[in-house]
Amino acid sequence: MGSWILIAAVVLLGLWLVSAYNGLISLKNQTLNAFKQIDVQLKRRHDLIPNLVNAVKGAMDFEKSTLEAVIQARNQAVKVNAQGPDAIKQIGQAENALSSALSKLMVVVERYPDLKATGNVAQLQEELTSTENKVSFARQLYNDTATQYNTRQQQFPTSLVAGMARATPADLWEIEDQGDRAVPQVDFSKPKA
Amino acid sequence: MSDAPALTLFQQQESNRRRTVLLIAGFVLFFAWLGFGGDYLYSAYTAPLPPPEQHHVWWFGIILTIVGAGLATYAYRTGPDKVLWSTGAWEVIVPTDDKQHQLVNVVEEMAIAAGIPRPRIWIIPDPDPNAFATGLDPLHSHIAVTQGLLDLCSRDELQGVIGHEMGHIKNLDVRLMTTLAAVVGAVILIHNGLSQVLRGGVRVGGSGGGGRGFSGKRGGGGGPILIILLVVWVISWILAPIITQLLAMAVSRQREYQADAMGAQFTRNPMALASALQKIEAADAPTTHIHAGAAHLCIADPLGRQLGTKEGGFADVFATHPPMAKRITILKGMGYAQAKKEGGAVA
Repeated sequence: MGSWILIAAVVLLGLWLVSAYNGLISLKNQTLNAFKQIDVQLKRRHDLIPNLVNAVKGAMDFEKSTLEAVIQARNQAVKVNAQGPDAIKQIGQAENALSSALSKLMVVVERYPDLKATGNVAQLQEELTSTENKVSFARQLYNDTATQYNTRQQQFPTSLVAGMARATPADLWEIEDQGDRAVPQVDFSKPKA
Repeated sequence: MSDAPALTLFQQQESNRRRTVLLIAGFVLFFAWLGFGGDYLYSAYTAPLPPPEQHHVWWFGIILTIVGAGLATYAYRTGPDKVLWSTGAWEVIVPTDDKQHQLVNVVEEMAIAAGIPRPRIWIIPDPDPNAFATGLDPLHSHIAVTQGLLDLCSRDELQGVIGHEMGHIKNLDVRLMTTLAAVVGAVILIHNGLSQVLRGGVRVGGSGGGGRGFSGKRGGGGGPILIILLVVWVISWILAPIITQLLAMAVSRQREYQADAMGAQFTRNPMALASALQKIEAADAPTTHIHAGAAHLCIADPLGRQLGTKEGGFADVFATHPPMAKRITILKGMGYAQAKKEGGAVA
């Protein structure tokens, strides 16, 4: 009788080990995939910006510096090809700079109602909004997934299996400079068209 | 907080998978019950006769079960197409105006937030604001909005509505709800087809699509088949409205609250969905393009039934949607809670 209980306990423990391990691996891969999705969206943004800027170049001759800042930030961001543990930080910095350059462009567009009246500027605005949203939603998904992954591997008793599954906490994508975070929000409080 | 919703998401998906299987099994079993019940009665009726005239092989049961299984498979496979077709929606492939560009962008954004492939996008030519999602799984899903919704909602509000629909897709609500709609549609189709068959005697044809399925089995003599048809017809007559009501119950109204919460999780902007719901509620006109069979798929009851205004008792049984005011209150609560802790939040 006693040996049966022991066997049952060992089997249950084995089943738990398998499911805990597999759960961690699945979350790990989801986290990796979510990170790739950010890359996809960032690449998309890099590809889109030259076209967008060309589309409004003529109409915005008087705001050359804003446009140039966008182009420069974009080229800077494309150049970053970081690897290793600091990758997120480096990419993050370059991309945040690009985001703030873009949001300045948006503010400038808001400032000239005449400009907004022309067709392709309204389209530009929509595309920019969407591009920025896509990047931030991809980050949001990554952060949510990574948080879930981190929580799972730190919680007892799954934490006992974490070493076996080679689970290490994933870095979250944070906006370090609070200024970056605040600027677009303040400026977007203006009523939109 | 981030661990709990994942668990519930998994549970929701499991429950939706299970319920879809149960629904289809129930549908087929109902046909089998009708058929074999008929066989049983007929064989009891012919028992006193000499053996050659007895009812040995239970054809009705076998045939009706096959018909039921075929219908269920057909309903399941073509459910999304049928639902979309019934609303007269057209697919946005190349967006032609600003609003359509915006819709496509917003759907792409929400698909990224939900971590699923972009659903196909449809527009229903109806001035009343409404929206629904359909499909069998996140890889093959559709989102349809009315022209009225596009015209009425701001970008953020549209995002809220699409986020809500994305929630339905991600937790597999769409599979259960679409299958329900398709099965109800099949019952109504059979009902209409049989009505036509019975009215026109044995002459089968015309526009009744359901009638054609039955014309093939002319094996067992005219009399009993006609009786069985009559029985099926009477039962479907009783059944169609009952199923529609059961559907309202089975599609627990909890579902809408959950999709609201998931939408808010995707957009991180519950206030926008609350304000969209307010606009949808204010435009109380019925969405004429969406019929009762697909009502439970929509973000707001397209029939404009006043049952949805309160909860409990009668309304709990018959309404497909929870009271709008309560949904809006819950969303606003989320909004205030979010605004409070905004400072420390990660993007």
